[in-house]
Amino acid sequence: MRRAGLIGVLLFGAVLLYSSHAFPPLGDPQSPASRHVSDDYIEHGMEETAVPNLVTAVLADYRSYDTLFETTVILAAGIACFFLLRRYRRKAADYRLYRHIDTGITLIIERGGKEPEDSSEFERIDAQWVPYDLIINKAAGLVVPFLQLFALYVIFHGHHSPGGGFQGGVIFGATVILLAISRDLRSTRQRFSEKRAVYLACLGLLLYAGTGVACLLLGGNFLDYGVLSRLVAVDPVMARSHGILLVEIGVGMAVSAIMIWIYYNVASAGRHDEGL
Amino acid sequence: MSSQLAALIIIAPLLAAVGVNVAGWINKRLCFPTALAALLVSLSAAVLLMRQVMAADTRIYRMAGWDPPWGIAFYVDALNGGILILIALVAVINLMATRQDAAGFFEKRLGPFYALYLLFVTGLMGIVITGDLFNLYVLLEIASLTGYALIGMGGARSRISSLHYVFMGTIGASLYLLGVGYLYMATGSLNMMDLAALLPGLENMFLVKVSFLLCLVGLFIKMAFFPLHAWLPNAYSHAASPSASLIAPLTTKVMLYVVVRLVITVYRPDFAFSQLPIADLIVWLAVAAIIAGCILAYKQTRLKRMLAYIIVIEVGYMVGGFWLANAAGVTGALLHLFNDAVMTLCVFLAAGAIFYRYQSDSLLHLQGLFQKMPATMTAFVVAALSIIGVPPTCGFFSKWYLLSGGMAAGHYGFVAALILSSLVNVLLFFRVIEIAYFEPEDHGSDFEGSGHVQAAVIREAPADTVLPLLATAGIVIAMGFFVHTLVGWFIEPAIAPFFPGGL
Amino acid sequence: MEDSQLLHLLELVIAKYNYWGIAILLMIGLYAMIAKSNLVKKIIGMNIFQTAIILFFVSIATKWEATIPIIKHAHGGHAHSIHAADYMNPLPHVLMLTAIVVSVATLGVALALAVGIYQRYETLEEDEILGQLKQEQIQAEESGGK
Repeated sequence: MRRAGLIGVLLFGAVLLYSSHAFPPLGDPQSPASRHVSDDYIEHGMEETAVPNLVTAVLADYRSYDTLFETTVILAAGIACFFLLRRYRRKAADYRLYRHIDTGITLIIERGGKEPEDSSEFERIDAQWVPYDLIINKAAGLVVPFLQLFALYVIFHGHHSPGGGFQGGVIFGATVILLAISRDLRSTRQRFSEKRAVYLACLGLLLYAGTGVACLLLGGNFLDYGVLSRLVAVDPVMARSHGILLVEIGVGMAVSAIMIWIYYNVASAGRHDEGL
Repeated sequence: MSSQLAALIIIAPLLAAVGVNVAGWINKRLCFPTALAALLVSLSAAVLLMRQVMAADTRIYRMAGWDPPWGIAFYVDALNGGILILIALVAVINLMATRQDAAGFFEKRLGPFYALYLLFVTGLMGIVITGDLFNLYVLLEIASLTGYALIGMGGARSRISSLHYVFMGTIGASLYLLGVGYLYMATGSLNMMDLAALLPGLENMFLVKVSFLLCLVGLFIKMAFFPLHAWLPNAYSHAASPSASLIAPLTTKVMLYVVVRLVITVYRPDFAFSQLPIADLIVWLAVAAIIAGCILAYKQTRLKRMLAYIIVIEVGYMVGGFWLANAAGVTGALLHLFNDAVMTLCVFLAAGAIFYRYQSDSLLHLQGLFQKMPATMTAFVVAALSIIGVPPTCGFFSKWYLLSGGMAAGHYGFVAALILSSLVNVLLFFRVIEIAYFEPEDHGSDFEGSGHVQAAVIREAPADTVLPLLATAGIVIAMGFFVHTLVGWFIEPAIAPFFPGGL
Repeated sequence: MEDSQLLHLLELVIAKYNYWGIAILLMIGLYAMIAKSNLVKKIIGMNIFQTAIILFFVSIATKWEATIPIIKHAHGGHAHSIHAADYMNPLPHVLMLTAIVVSVATLGVALALAVGIYQRYETLEEDEILGQLKQEQIQAEESGGK
């Protein structure tokens, strides 16, 4: 089986390598791929959409339908991870661990025992709790606000610099995942619950699809932002730019929430009690 | 609004999927009506769109207001108009028939189940309606991902089967993407109509040939064409019944549609069939698929696995018939696409109903089912007759076209395989029907936990499973009566320009 | 004769070196998916395979002496004429943004399935899992035949 696989792979590689002789030269501005459609994107993209970042313009305007389904793919992955893994525990865990902060003594309290719930002297810990994590906790906590600000910058400045909804959304999701990894999943879930992640994701996708439906209702085709100029008092080109921004915000919201949702489900194997 | 029908077909299930996902967290009883409403909207939009297509030949919908090839456009002609209606119909019938089964099996996960269901249908309909090659890849991945998840949540072995499906499906989709990349490198365009105009005058045909091969191999993996079919039996037999009866009738047929669309619209039949010397090889592979499927199906002792191998045989029919490259063969293949979707739906729904009542689909446990589940078994028999190819069910007519195509092309191996497989199908199904018809010898003391208390008790599946099932069996027969209408409406307008001799 | 053929071959490799690199990555990814027995290694191979295709598309987009596809001096300076040869081809970048998201989504679903498999079989090695499956099948046949 392994031998047959190796032969198959080598055959496949040989076909690819042999076909490389027919490729146009690397970096040739006159190659067919760089001449047919992309020339028009480069030369007319700015005047048709008022967005200098051509990748954002093509992604969110010319090929916006593709991007809608790209967001749907990642939403489908989030739903799939939830669907496959989520376990609702009906009974409480067999025991809980509490640590006395001053002396460092750990208590194992079995089910039915009295738990020091709201005490300020005991903190609840996970089985994988590690002492001396002060540096990581504090460093990660200090960095997170700046990361989030940068994520928002990437989303909103995506018109003028490399960036956009996906990139910024992933950075934002990564900040929450950073909190979950450096601290523990339970406290991060209290700050950003799974329900909030689901609602944010659905809201993001509805924002994107809703912009498209708004264009439909205003008389244009689906996702034709030019007709939004009937709603807001700008010319159609600026309306396209604003439509792109709206859509990118929706994408950013959806992607950040889904990254967090997938992390919650996969890292805790669906039980949402202890993370990595 | 009538000019926006094409977008409506896709938007309705997409928005409903998001809504159902949220509704699953609020109140689970909202999920089913929302999903049903969205799919009915899609079905009506597809029917209305088909009427527009029949009046005006083709419809092009410029998505986001840009002309192709700068933007993405939908391109609807008779063939994909018909397939849109088919997908929506199968999805609606399956949704209604598996309502109780899904509610019982998935319980708390009902919201995500219906969301994934709707996203799967959206993906398939998007594949069929689009006119852009890369957009097809994205929607292919939506349909695949939701399929992986729907299959992964099933019986005991469903997760490992689904993971194998993930690996093979990803290789297939990635090879398709690589083929699209080669085509883009050679022409600079991704739009199907644009490529159809560009390709005949191109000098660098070597890249085009390699791209065609890559796309073809990738799609063969996704449609489980022998010898790349290994993922299908495990995936379909271990999936939960509500998922299996959605995915099994539709996935392989839509992948075949993609191959047909690539050959007819993008690469043009004279290139695909004659310039590349692979047509003969593919028909022989189809013959091997049919024979291997027959042998493997015969060895199975569980109903769903046997049906999964029958799907491998059906794919062999369709691919082989298409690559015969004559009018009758291509018509037979496309007609079989429509017929097989409905037949497979009927037979998988029946198997699902049996599994729902008796928690087992082992062939040994099916004794006395004709008395216990008369309606289900009637529908099963109708579907079995159609798969065998008995008139007046629809299966007979598509096999007739395939046979005449094989004779016209002089490919007697394919003809022999068709006849042989019909005989093997007779054996397979009559074995099942025989077991189901006769009661067990000793009354219920032999098997543990299979509920054979008294042979005469009717424990039929619930009414909202049986009624759609009988409706599907009725459609199977009706499609046989109206076969010339079907061919005339959906198939002939699409292929007549290329096979001018008529049938 | 041999010299010029060798030169021709060398030129082929050097001029299109990144396509050769991409082909090698594709082979590595595909081989990992087929030959490795650990499920996570197979998933990593799948990711390598998809990433290599992304690199392929991005290689199509390059142009010598061109900059990233963001129009310079965009606002206030509209007298600038825009030459297509100055900017890279934006379309493959757009397509590959989508492909990257698709590959991440596939990775997520594959990992979720792997976690589910681990919960059931307590191992991620494929041969051990197949052994356990065979055991289950034998037990099921024995208990079904009683």
